[in-house]
Amino acid sequence: MSATAIPLVPGGHEQTWHRPSRGRVGMYCLIIGECAIFTIFVVAYVFYIGKSLNGPTPAQVLEVPIFNTICLLSSSVTIWLAERAIERGILRTFGLWWAATIALGVIFLIGTGLEWYKLIYHDGLTIRTNLFGTTFYSIVGLHATHVVVGLTMLLLVLLFTLTGHVREEHSERIQVLALYWHFVDAVWVVVFTVVYIVGR
Amino acid sequence: MLPGWLGVGRLTRFVFAAALILSSHAFAQGPQSTPSIFAPTSTPAIEIHHLSLFALEITGAIFLTVAGLLTYVIVRFRSKGTDDASEPAQIYGSNQVELAWTVIPVLIVVVLFLTTARVIFAIQDAPKPQAALEVTVVGHQFWWEYRYPKQGIVAANELHVPLSSADNPTPTYLKLLSADVDHSFWIPQLAGKTDLIPVHPNDLWIDPLQPGVYLGQCAQFCGVQHANMLLRVYVDTPEQFAAWVANQAKPGVQDSALAAGRHVFETQACMNCHTVQGTVATGRFGPDLTHLMSRDTLASGMILNTRDNLKQWVKDPNTIKPGSLMPAMQLSDDQLDQVTSYLETLK
Amino acid sequence: MADQTLPIHGSLDLTPPREGESTWLETLHSWVITVDHKKLGLMYMMLAIFFLLVGGAEVLLIRIQLAVPNNHLISPQVFNRLFTMHGTTMVFLVGMPLVFAWANYIIPLQIGARDMAFPRLNAFSFWLTAFGALLLYFSFLGGAGLYGMGNAPDVTWWAYAPLTARAFSPGNATDYWALALLVTGFGTLGGAINIIATTFSMRCKGMTLMRMPLFTWLLLVDSGLLLVTITPLTAAQVMLLLDRYLGAHFFDTQAGGQAILWMHFFWIFGHPEVYVLVFPAFAIASEVIPVFSRKAIFGYPAMVAAGVGIGFVSLGVWAHHMFTVGMTSAGNAFFVLSTMLVGIPTGIKIFNWVATMWGGKLRFATPMLFSTAFLFQFLAAGLTGIMLSVAPWNWQLHGSYFVIAHFHYVLVGAIVFMVFAGIYYWFPKATGRMMDEKLGKWHFWLFLIGFHVTFDTMHFLGFEGMPRWIYTYPADRGWDHLNLVVSIGGLIQGVAVLIFAYNLVSSLFKGKIAGNDPWDAWTLEWSTASPPPVYNFATDPVVHSRRPLWDIKHPEDPDWKYE
Repeated sequence: MSATAIPLVPGGHEQTWHRPSRGRVGMYCLIIGECAIFTIFVVAYVFYIGKSLNGPTPAQVLEVPIFNTICLLSSSVTIWLAERAIERGILRTFGLWWAATIALGVIFLIGTGLEWYKLIYHDGLTIRTNLFGTTFYSIVGLHATHVVVGLTMLLLVLLFTLTGHVREEHSERIQVLALYWHFVDAVWVVVFTVVYIVGR
Repeated sequence: MLPGWLGVGRLTRFVFAAALILSSHAFAQGPQSTPSIFAPTSTPAIEIHHLSLFALEITGAIFLTVAGLLTYVIVRFRSKGTDDASEPAQIYGSNQVELAWTVIPVLIVVVLFLTTARVIFAIQDAPKPQAALEVTVVGHQFWWEYRYPKQGIVAANELHVPLSSADNPTPTYLKLLSADVDHSFWIPQLAGKTDLIPVHPNDLWIDPLQPGVYLGQCAQFCGVQHANMLLRVYVDTPEQFAAWVANQAKPGVQDSALAAGRHVFETQACMNCHTVQGTVATGRFGPDLTHLMSRDTLASGMILNTRDNLKQWVKDPNTIKPGSLMPAMQLSDDQLDQVTSYLETLK
Repeated sequence: MADQTLPIHGSLDLTPPREGESTWLETLHSWVITVDHKKLGLMYMMLAIFFLLVGGAEVLLIRIQLAVPNNHLISPQVFNRLFTMHGTTMVFLVGMPLVFAWANYIIPLQIGARDMAFPRLNAFSFWLTAFGALLLYFSFLGGAGLYGMGNAPDVTWWAYAPLTARAFSPGNATDYWALALLVTGFGTLGGAINIIATTFSMRCKGMTLMRMPLFTWLLLVDSGLLLVTITPLTAAQVMLLLDRYLGAHFFDTQAGGQAILWMHFFWIFGHPEVYVLVFPAFAIASEVIPVFSRKAIFGYPAMVAAGVGIGFVSLGVWAHHMFTVGMTSAGNAFFVLSTMLVGIPTGIKIFNWVATMWGGKLRFATPMLFSTAFLFQFLAAGLTGIMLSVAPWNWQLHGSYFVIAHFHYVLVGAIVFMVFAGIYYWFPKATGRMMDEKLGKWHFWLFLIGFHVTFDTMHFLGFEGMPRWIYTYPADRGWDHLNLVVSIGGLIQGVAVLIFAYNLVSSLFKGKIAGNDPWDAWTLEWSTASPPPVYNFATDPVVHSRRPLWDIKHPEDPDWKYE
């Protein structure tokens, strides 16, 4: 026997020794920490609903971004399909769904940019205009930053895929990365609800 | 098993007596220069004092019990030199013991919490009687503004309130506001402290039962001269208070002999920050000076109100209170003399 | 003392010795680029000890200024920077790095792993912390220069709004505070993620979660707490910077913003933070006390449950720092209750440590001296905490020297004492040499005396109405004698720490050779060489109980029969 010189071993039956994947644990931890950050910004947003001393108000200038939201939430579906593809080793399908995810994410960002352009130049709402401006741009901006970071990572993976470096044995890592993307989408559900439904 | 268990009660009481004496002037009758929380002379402070003694008894008993046990353990189970190398019996735990020392603390918490909650509601939600004096306190960096809305007077740094008594309660209700950053109003002998937070009015009430001057100071860091934002509360007898109010209500003294000084005051930008009732000086940034000479101290309690101190303050506040927001006005010696003489007439 | 090699096969260093000495440049290089958890743990420790000395120097200046009334030795501007930097340094550059020092060095050794889960993230986190520290201290050089102490933060370590708004803090002092702590905060997050992933994913065979050493358990809980503790501060600091630089209004009272919001966010971080800081003390006590009592820890499952309980409840007590801000009576009452409740699992831990000692054979080597003092002092600290939880009494004691006395009883009386215990305990493992026992005893007794002279006295200054954050006080308040006593105690502690520093350095060169297991202990780190080889264990250990080495040393009475 290799490992120890302990003479008496309890039971004697060998159970399989299970431990979770460290990448997955690490990503869950990161997500928990990020949730805490977003919670603080959500609390600030909710706290200041209706408290601005001057206009414009959300009802006056906000349009519900239905199309944008559908794109972003669909990207969770496409990335899920990509995960299933690489699990089964079908790399071409994986690459296509992965690229679709990126495309949807980019559309979301463009949509956000267009929305901000309208708010700033047509409605005169900036981060310093009033409390609504402050809390709106910071929470939507924080989310958009996370989308940018996510897209950067997704793009890197796409590059590696196109150069043939991504294979079936990387499916665990792909799933860990996809977890982050799912988190970004889940946060959007919360932000969307708070900003465009509750707060308007 | 545990020696001296019965002695814990006596020991506990002794420790409290010692603590009270050490913390000075227990049960003092009136104000003292050391503003001790154990010398209360107003109902909120008295209520807190009683609660604190109860809390001390409980925590003291816990400390003596556990520390006593630990002391016993250290002495009794110390490894002796003559010991063999054998290990003692390995005890891994006991569910009953764990249960016991979970349940007992829970009970203690319940008792202490209920007692505490009662006092919270008694102080915070006390109904305001009709005869209560209302004062609005505005905290500034680094001085105190007092406005008496019903009496129509404005004062600074020295708060005058009437004496109260059990059979004829005349409490003072303070509305706490801030003109800039967070401050905190703390006169230990009269009440616990409450913060002054901008755009967030707070309330505090006192009913001083002994006359005299009570000391305190700002208790929330507010900037460079937080340390010298001192508080003086003058608890006046009804006659004294009425006289004070009457005097404060008068407009500023206009003595034509001091016209030169008044001219300096009004042309050297003093009036931009300070008010003298009945003159063109209506500045609100600094303390109201209409009755400056009715105050014992200057610079919110830092120095006595004498001619020399006043002159030095006007010449350059930063030599007395470095970081004060009042600038040195670069007056010539003559201007300084004149304006000081003028200020000395503002009784 | 079992200092001979133990028969856990494969735990000895099998690397052949290296020929010739490395140059000092090669040595330095190996430390700078390292991803080895042991080296990184030691680097965190060196950072912490360095800043402990710096923060200590800051407070000695403070205490000299406050030793007599109306002192003009130090200007108010400099004084306010000193106490702000003292607090910020001790919390973020001493307390937090210590969490990672202990966790990084010891956890992989205790769970039979080769390294942490993410070695490169580990290094990155350390260097972020170091850079943040550099940024914070660079503030002393900015602005008006060295004697005005430049632009060092001067808004207290709480940095309350609106004092931190551009209008009231026009220079860059506040920005240094926010940015430096943002940087160290990311390092902290990385470190916490690493600890959790390591503990869940890298345990050796047979080590179920309920067979991990309590040290590892408690740092696992600590790291979980950190995930949701440091991040609210990060969020609040981002908001503060948006206010100061982009004209946002989060805490701008003139635009409808609320100062109270900063307070809530800060204390939602700030209260769990103090539990983050104290958990390592619990962790070390849970290792040292059993070994020096020659008994297993009493109530292991209860200790795990209490640790987890403390972690959760500590998230719900934050507004006990805000009893004076004008919350409703119901709000105040809620936080009174939650605060008192967190005292219960905390007390249970103390009881379990005492029960561990009960019936044991207590050996009072230096680590045990510090641990015993810790028990008395942490008990007292917890009880003054209960006093502070009584909200009406808190209305008197908040913002006074009583509070300073209370939290230093925890930070110094509990945490620093256990830091010393831990260093004396694990120094032999890390260096292969024992620290000097005689110097250790001098260090202990002098530090104990100085600690009590300072902090026992300080409680009474609070009772006498002395508030915090004041650079001087009038002569007629009657605070002068007690302040002098407090200051003298500080000097005594300073001398004790110097003795410790000397002991630390001289033992590195002249300490008695320690061997694998100088204390006759029972967890896996004592089965490998001192210092451990870079790979820790030549083959992966397999364990069957909470004390694998006890099982080996007592084959007739192994732990797994009773667990």
